Amino acid sequence: MLQIKDLHASIEGKEILKGIDLEVKKGEVHAIMGPNGSGKSTLANILAGREEYEVTSGSINYLGEDLLELDPEERAHKGIFLAFQYPVEIPGVSNVYFLRTALNEVRKSQGLEELDAAQFLKLVRRKIDLVELDKSLLNRAVNEGFSGGEKKRNEIFQMAVLEPKLAILDETDSGLDIDALRIVANGVNSLKSKDNATIVVTHYQRLLDYIVPDVVHVLFKGKIVKSGGKELALELESKGYDWLK
Amino acid sequence: MSTEAEQLESLAQQEYKYGFVTDIEADALPPGLNEDVIRIISQKKKEPAFMLEWRLKAYRRWLKMEEPKWPKVEYPEINFQDIIYYSAPKNTPKYNSLDEVDPQLLETYNKLGIPLEEQKMLAGVAVDAVFDSVSVATTFKEKLSEMGVIFCPISEALQEYPDLVKKYLGSVVPATDNFYAALNSAVFSDGSFVYVPKGVRCPMELSTYFRINAQNTGQFERTLIVADEGSYVSYLEGCTAPQRDENQLHAAVVELVALKGAEIKYSTVQNWYPGDDEGKGGIYNFVTKRGIAHENAKISWTQVETGSAITWKYPSVILKGDNSIGEFYSVAMTNKFQQADTGTKMIHIGKNTRSNIVSKGISAGRSNNSYRGLVKVMKSAENARNFSQCDSLLIGDKCGAHTFPYIEVNNTTGRVEHEATTSKIGEDQIFYCNQRGLDTEQAVSLIVNGYCKEVFRELPMEFAVEAQKLLSISLEGSVG
Ligand SMILES: Nc1ncnc2c1ncn2[C@@H]1O[C@H](COP(=O)(O)OP(=O)(O)O)[C@@H](O)[C@H]1O
Ligand SMILES: [Mg+2]
Repeated sequence: MLQIKDLHASIEGKEILKGIDLEVKKGEVHAIMGPNGSGKSTLANILAGREEYEVTSGSINYLGEDLLELDPEERAHKGIFLAFQYPVEIPGVSNVYFLRTALNEVRKSQGLEELDAAQFLKLVRRKIDLVELDKSLLNRAVNEGFSGGEKKRNEIFQMAVLEPKLAILDETDSGLDIDALRIVANGVNSLKSKDNATIVVTHYQRLLDYIVPDVVHVLFKGKIVKSGGKELALELESKGYDWLK
Repeated sequence: MSTEAEQLESLAQQEYKYGFVTDIEADALPPGLNEDVIRIISQKKKEPAFMLEWRLKAYRRWLKMEEPKWPKVEYPEINFQDIIYYSAPKNTPKYNSLDEVDPQLLETYNKLGIPLEEQKMLAGVAVDAVFDSVSVATTFKEKLSEMGVIFCPISEALQEYPDLVKKYLGSVVPATDNFYAALNSAVFSDGSFVYVPKGVRCPMELSTYFRINAQNTGQFERTLIVADEGSYVSYLEGCTAPQRDENQLHAAVVELVALKGAEIKYSTVQNWYPGDDEGKGGIYNFVTKRGIAHENAKISWTQVETGSAITWKYPSVILKGDNSIGEFYSVAMTNKFQQADTGTKMIHIGKNTRSNIVSKGISAGRSNNSYRGLVKVMKSAENARNFSQCDSLLIGDKCGAHTFPYIEVNNTTGRVEHEATTSKIGEDQIFYCNQRGLDTEQAVSLIVNGYCKEVFRELPMEFAVEAQKLLSISLEGSVG
């Protein structure tokens, strides 16, 4: 589904990613771990198409296409979803309106009919329970005045509605208490299928108690320094990152 | 980074969609202004004698006045002798049905997306259409007259209800109030008159669509709305204009009188031709709008301004009576080379008077957008309250936003609060929308509409939808 080859990227002239190789197959869950500042969010944002980051060399192939050629919205239409580390507030725009617009854009691009308000509401009712999101948040402005945990749950709720092929969760676990963590993980797990894949970015092991990864990668100073099974996460938990230097 | 800025820039470039001219033979005076021109106007309108005297008095004062220079707008000097002060569509009979109306005119409305047929069916909207300077179609009149509501061209009101007009015309905006108001008083061609009798709740939104058409014709509308004790009326004003080369001056005057316990809600969506990519040829819009609120009365101005090359406009409320309320909700969007200097004045005279100001400025392109607001609490105004919220949103980095709040409190029990913010449309917000599948154009439109929500929700439903469309249109463009 996704092949990243020798990816180098920089921001404001400073090289952040220094040769990333990664392959994600349908049905897989990959965890990317690593200390703060190692480039995890950079990688996530590049996959989503953020322009500030300059890809200096390397390639990304997604479902047989050159991903780097696509605009961010085209990537979204083709099933890439990024749950933001810092979800953005959009004052005055209601959460449901925003999400319906988003879903309809994706549907339009796939030649599907747009959902009207009533059809959309039905869908929302099904999905909202998945993440136990407070219904009152639906009619509030997008992320405005949401608590940290509510923002993260809202990201997962959006994911549940949009049903992406490749979901990238950037530190969705940070700032969540154990209950919230479990809810978010349940959401992710129940959306899992043999046709989609998830990349979970985290620097704690604890999320991986709930979302069991097929592969764990350690990103350190812009490089994947080690990959392994889920036991690698536990090893990192006890030993820290120093031994990988 | 720079490509993002360029993208935003190009988003802000958007062709004016309603640029077409309807060719209806105009019956117009040659350009120029003198006392004879005023006499002809008054005569053509078959006005009562007092009106001519009133106009001439205003004209003589106007000759001694100077154009205001304080607004933060720049434009080449206007030669007032180059302007045509009267033009009317050739035939101006009153029609009984739409079938009798010039099909070309109906076509024009169709192009604007506001066909009269539809409006007639549209529940509760009576339309007094001002085409050029003379009204040619009036609907729903019967239903209104059953309730004693008068809604007609002011020229007609001058013939049929001269005493009523005489009593209130100029009572809020005196003929000599300012340069443009004086000019308007001297030469106004037509406009609307509304009278809502005591205790009557006007059963429909009253609306007027303005359209400037004949080449080089100054447009001087005069609107007078009187809401008698305990009555209510909601009035909608909307307009759009054809594309053209020469600058067009528009100097309207709107007067609102809300008597004891009455409420007037006045909503405007303004979309006049803003000029081409170099800023040439747009409409100059110098408007005086003011209302007076008597005891327990309420006046609300809501405006969405997206057009004109220059906008100079300060809808105001004189809070004369105790417990009266004044409100001002405004969205002013400027793009390309547009300049807007707009805001409000709230003059607190009565006790326990309250005013609320919400102003949302949006600047794109190379435009300049200024908010200018005066809150004045007079000595007599015990316990006056004002709250002002003035926000500016910048799109791109070649535009400007300015805020000039003037506050004058002469009574220690008064409380005046002012909040102001300036923000740039966030790349984070745009990227967030992009990531969810919205293109940048949609994203900007969504973010801007969200930003204006507080104002839009004050507009009547259909108008709010139209306003959102307009705003999106003025933001559209080719995304690179
Ligand atoms: N917009 C930016 N401007 C400058 N440096 C940045 C920017 N974004 C990230 N960086 C730098 O890139 C490095 C990697 O950051 P990031 O990808 O956010 O790491 P992580 O998500 O692993 O904590 C850090 O050194 C950070 O300071
Ligand atoms: Mg990060």
